[in-house]
Amino acid sequence: MEELVKALTIGLANGLIIALIAIGYTLVYGILELINFAHADVFMLGTAFTYFALEVIVIGLGISPGSLTALLLIFAVLPVIMILTAVINASIERVAYRPLRNAPRLAPLISAIGMSFVLQNVGLVILGPSQRAVEPVLPKTDLAFFPSGTPWFGIDEVMVVGITIPLLLVLRWFVGSTRQGKAMRATAQDREASGLMGIDVNRTISLTFLIAGALGGAAGLVVALYYGQTWFQFGFQFGLLSFTAAVLGGVGNLTGATLGGLLIGIIGALSDRFLEAKWTSVIVFSILILVLVFRPTGLLSEKASERA
Amino acid sequence: MTAAVRSRRLAMPDPFRGMERKRREKLILIGVVILAVVYPLVFRALESAFPFVPWPGTSVLIICATFAILALGLNIVMGFAGLLDLGYVAFYAIGAYTTAFLASPHFGIHVSWWIVVVIAVAAAAGAGILLGAPTLKLRGDYLAIVTLGFGEIVRIVFRNLGDFTLALPAFLGGAVLIGPNANLTGGNVGINPIDPPTIPIPGPWGNEIVFSNQNATASFYLVAVLLAITFIVCTRLRDSKLGRAWMAIREDETAAAAMGINTVTTKLLAFSLGASFSGFAGAFTGAYQTAIFAESFNFAVSILVVVIIILGGIGSLRGVVIGAFAVQYVNQTLLRYLGENVINAPMHAFGEATGIALLRDFNLVNYNYLIFGIVLAIMMIRRPEGLFPVESARAELHGVGISSDTTSGTADELAVAEEFATEVTQADETQAGDPREDQR
Repeated sequence: MEELVKALTIGLANGLIIALIAIGYTLVYGILELINFAHADVFMLGTAFTYFALEVIVIGLGISPGSLTALLLIFAVLPVIMILTAVINASIERVAYRPLRNAPRLAPLISAIGMSFVLQNVGLVILGPSQRAVEPVLPKTDLAFFPSGTPWFGIDEVMVVGITIPLLLVLRWFVGSTRQGKAMRATAQDREASGLMGIDVNRTISLTFLIAGALGGAAGLVVALYYGQTWFQFGFQFGLLSFTAAVLGGVGNLTGATLGGLLIGIIGALSDRFLEAKWTSVIVFSILILVLVFRPTGLLSEKASERA
Repeated sequence: MTAAVRSRRLAMPDPFRGMERKRREKLILIGVVILAVVYPLVFRALESAFPFVPWPGTSVLIICATFAILALGLNIVMGFAGLLDLGYVAFYAIGAYTTAFLASPHFGIHVSWWIVVVIAVAAAAGAGILLGAPTLKLRGDYLAIVTLGFGEIVRIVFRNLGDFTLALPAFLGGAVLIGPNANLTGGNVGINPIDPPTIPIPGPWGNEIVFSNQNATASFYLVAVLLAITFIVCTRLRDSKLGRAWMAIREDETAAAAMGINTVTTKLLAFSLGASFSGFAGAFTGAYQTAIFAESFNFAVSILVVVIIILGGIGSLRGVVIGAFAVQYVNQTLLRYLGENVINAPMHAFGEATGIALLRDFNLVNYNYLIFGIVLAIMMIRRPEGLFPVESARAELHGVGISSDTTSGTADELAVAEEFATEVTQADETQAGDPREDQR
């Protein structure tokens, strides 16, 4: 029982991270009908930037890991990473996807695969071929215990929840209640008509990529801290999981992506714990194939009002 | 879509031009055959005579030819039928592993390669049907993701089955069905050795000719024959009724269905035929290398084959073969040559001078996928029809080749018409089973 609760907790943390990346896929797919292969690699760059930022700050300034200053530091670094990845994501759209706006559907997809390889190689260049340990900033304190005395969750799980949930809520508010969000939803529904209605379509698409990139960067920071690692192949690994989550929830659907992320996270954690970790990705990809075959709309049938 | 029909119809009433072309093609063909026969024999001499030219080694040419077979196979799926398959490496792996299972000491089975290759092709084709049957109704990019997932599943399964235990859960008795720790696939270590193909012709080389990596020249001739077979089969397929049905589906699935083409069977045939060539290449690779590893069948291989097709000219048989040789030549020989002789040394010196660790051990070979990634994006934007395109693709993508008597519009008007046609196709697709249909 305790093992189950523990696995569910880890699954929840993983799931929130996956949801954050999945939303990046879903936002872009909703507006351009493009699987942005490069998105997960933008996220990977987020983990790399976090690594370098902490390396410079913690070692350069001599801040002791686990202190309150270090904790505050995370919140100072977060917006910087988010801005960086947002700009990278939007630039990719500008360079590699915008010229293909009216090309056959496969053209931007292949261009996206190309961009993904470029970013992956950038990661390889700046990080090297092997995993790197991220400077531990969070204190390894357990906050809650089971009756038997074994630890349940610690400060790092709280950090994951504390960063992802507010971001998800802000995104919901932004897409649902602001003028720009309305423009995004309109563009997603009918690009030409919204252009005729005076919406600057290119600007709206750029904005979507900025938001998706920022969320990817935030996910990168969370992953770098939670797993304590960065690797140039993180993009590929998390990308497939997140895309599965987006499809599971119904691609184009924000709530769906969040739910899908949580489901994938929890299924993964359960499989890690009760099966073998090496089979987890097989299980996740099998779910992806089964969902696409039997319920291509995803678990939540998407409502027009929620599309973005 | 009409452009394709038009250009073909226009080309026909000019028999003289056709003759010329046929003759030219014959000459090219003879030239290629002579080159293929002679090159492995004179390669060493060339290398010592002109050491400053980056000549591709025979083993590099074998890789080129293997990828040409793969590219021709994927071209059936992508180029003819218009289905994006990002997990093509899965069938390559299945072909290679079938060979390894049936012709190695791993299970102690030693079937002759000439029989194994048939079984490997059948296994890959079967896997293609198994994957294609439930998924081919999906739209393009969903299909891409499903095949990608399948490619990953196959690789991971082959890796994990090296140490496999299948047992009932404890509350059902916990009986061990397979294992414990059964080694079915060799796991990370892979399967080694695999029996290479042999022909019992005695000569100065021994009692039989062995087509393994110990004898690259003989193996090159074998793979060249395999490539020729693949090329001929693909040409015949392209010009057959089935080939025309594939292209009809690629251009407009709804219209093709209305014309009486069974789209499901036709697409499935494209998928399994494409897969079978991948199995063919896999059977050769496994036997030629006499060893296989699960990790070598990764996503990057699938992407490399896609790069080859995009670069060579999607749908163009000659284009994808040239593309395969060009890409693998760059990948295996040219980058290393340029790195060692031109770029690495100044980079290292610059790295030493500035203290940038990255440049100090710079090696151009490591950046091949960076180059291919950029090439993919540039090709899509600048020349989406590839370097050696089929005429219809060029006509369609650039509005050239359409004669002025059928259309007198400017390029812009054509672009608008093209866009309209795309819109219509998309609308049809939506009706045919767009997952997002129900909210529209």
